[in-house]
Amino acid sequence: MTAGEPAIVFRDADKWFGKLHVLRDINLAIAAGDVVVVCGPSGSGKSTLIRCVNGLERVQAGDVVVLGDSITKRGVNLPALRTRVGMVFQSFNLFPHMTALQNIMLAPMKVRKLARAEAEKTARALLERVGLREKADAYPANLSGGQQQRVAIARALAMQPKIMLFDEPTSALDPEMINEVLDVMTALAREGMTMMCVTHEMGFARRVAHRVVFMDEGQVVEEGTPQDFFAAPKSDRGKQFLSKILTH
Amino acid sequence: MDVSVITSNFKFLILQGLIGIGPFIGGTLRLAIPAILFGFVLGIFVGLARLAQAPWIRMPATMYVEFFRGVPLVMVIFWIWFIIPQLLRLPIPEYGVALTAFVIFEAAYFGEIVRAGVQSVPRGQVEAATALGMTGTKTMAYVVLPQALKNMVPSLVTQMIVLFKDTSLASIIGYVDLTKAAQIVNNREIKPFQIYIFIAIVYWLCTYSMSVFARRLERRAA
Repeated sequence: MTAGEPAIVFRDADKWFGKLHVLRDINLAIAAGDVVVVCGPSGSGKSTLIRCVNGLERVQAGDVVVLGDSITKRGVNLPALRTRVGMVFQSFNLFPHMTALQNIMLAPMKVRKLARAEAEKTARALLERVGLREKADAYPANLSGGQQQRVAIARALAMQPKIMLFDEPTSALDPEMINEVLDVMTALAREGMTMMCVTHEMGFARRVAHRVVFMDEGQVVEEGTPQDFFAAPKSDRGKQFLSKILTH
Repeated sequence: MDVSVITSNFKFLILQGLIGIGPFIGGTLRLAIPAILFGFVLGIFVGLARLAQAPWIRMPATMYVEFFRGVPLVMVIFWIWFIIPQLLRLPIPEYGVALTAFVIFEAAYFGEIVRAGVQSVPRGQVEAATALGMTGTKTMAYVVLPQALKNMVPSLVTQMIVLFKDTSLASIIGYVDLTKAAQIVNNREIKPFQIYIFIAIVYWLCTYSMSVFARRLERRAA
């Protein structure tokens, strides 16, 4: 990747699930250091969109270029690319047979081939950073949802990614736990991480995002700064969506 | 009840029949333990092959499972006993026949248990490992199989107990296991009541200790 080139580019990307056209002609560029919030009604294709960035889903037409590498190219080394793109899931997906510390150490040791001592040092530092130093030896089952999600963020950061993807990271959380996760995400954004977040947390979008991408029915309907989008959405569908989620 | 027939033949029944030390080729444990071990290892491969995306791996594994689940174990033993030596023009000893038959037969059942165990691990686990840059093999080894094995313990132990008891079928080709040893003693002494109750107790003690061990394993894994 050369300087100035976007971290993530979608170029005329299309995807179908069977007959369902889930992504329609997506064109999107996300610069390094950008924090982009993807929002839209459920079923609009936003989760599929970010899952295409690390190749958990493949686009069937067009191209997705991540950190200078096309992920649709034949023979692309997806595992290598994924070490540079961290992902956080709605349902946390921590490994239940491992402690918080082991969850964070696994990929650095098995993929990066880091020595145990070094991996553990990094893992403990990351736990400290997400405010869970004392939970190193706890199993996921003994952590609250918010704590699990923070461990999951630390696990993704352990691979020292250039990009972080968040797929509705707070949607499975009880309300009182949402902020502890958003705080970690906000800190990460302030440090300059390139982030793509699917979220319904409009407060987070307003405060932290550089750009909001609004999707509906598999299309990017509009994109702009949070100030513009929330104050005056250009599209009717954007207006409708905002009126539904912001009136309460 | 006169149990002298047991005391006077105890050594033969236990050493020869159960363990396999004695003048004849035999022993229930000497057959069951490697059969369980190799059957399970082969079963892991069969189970994983059943889940493979490539049809040329998946289809043969599926056919293997469907075939061996559909035929009686006795028939598999007979094939290997009668047909393979004719085809290969070399004799296979009873032990080799019995062990081969059990391993290939039981691998089909173990394979299904492994497949179900792997499928019981939520999809999100694979996605999380994949997203961290782990390859399919690493994901399987460090994330999926450890969780799958835990879920498999109850069915695995049941299948191991079934296999253990099925080893008595090896007696039909002259392998001197516990059942055959009992038959030999009974032919001489004609005390079927005492002898067959005794070996039933021995079988039961073995399988019961397997379930106790399994329960402990499950509690520890929980």
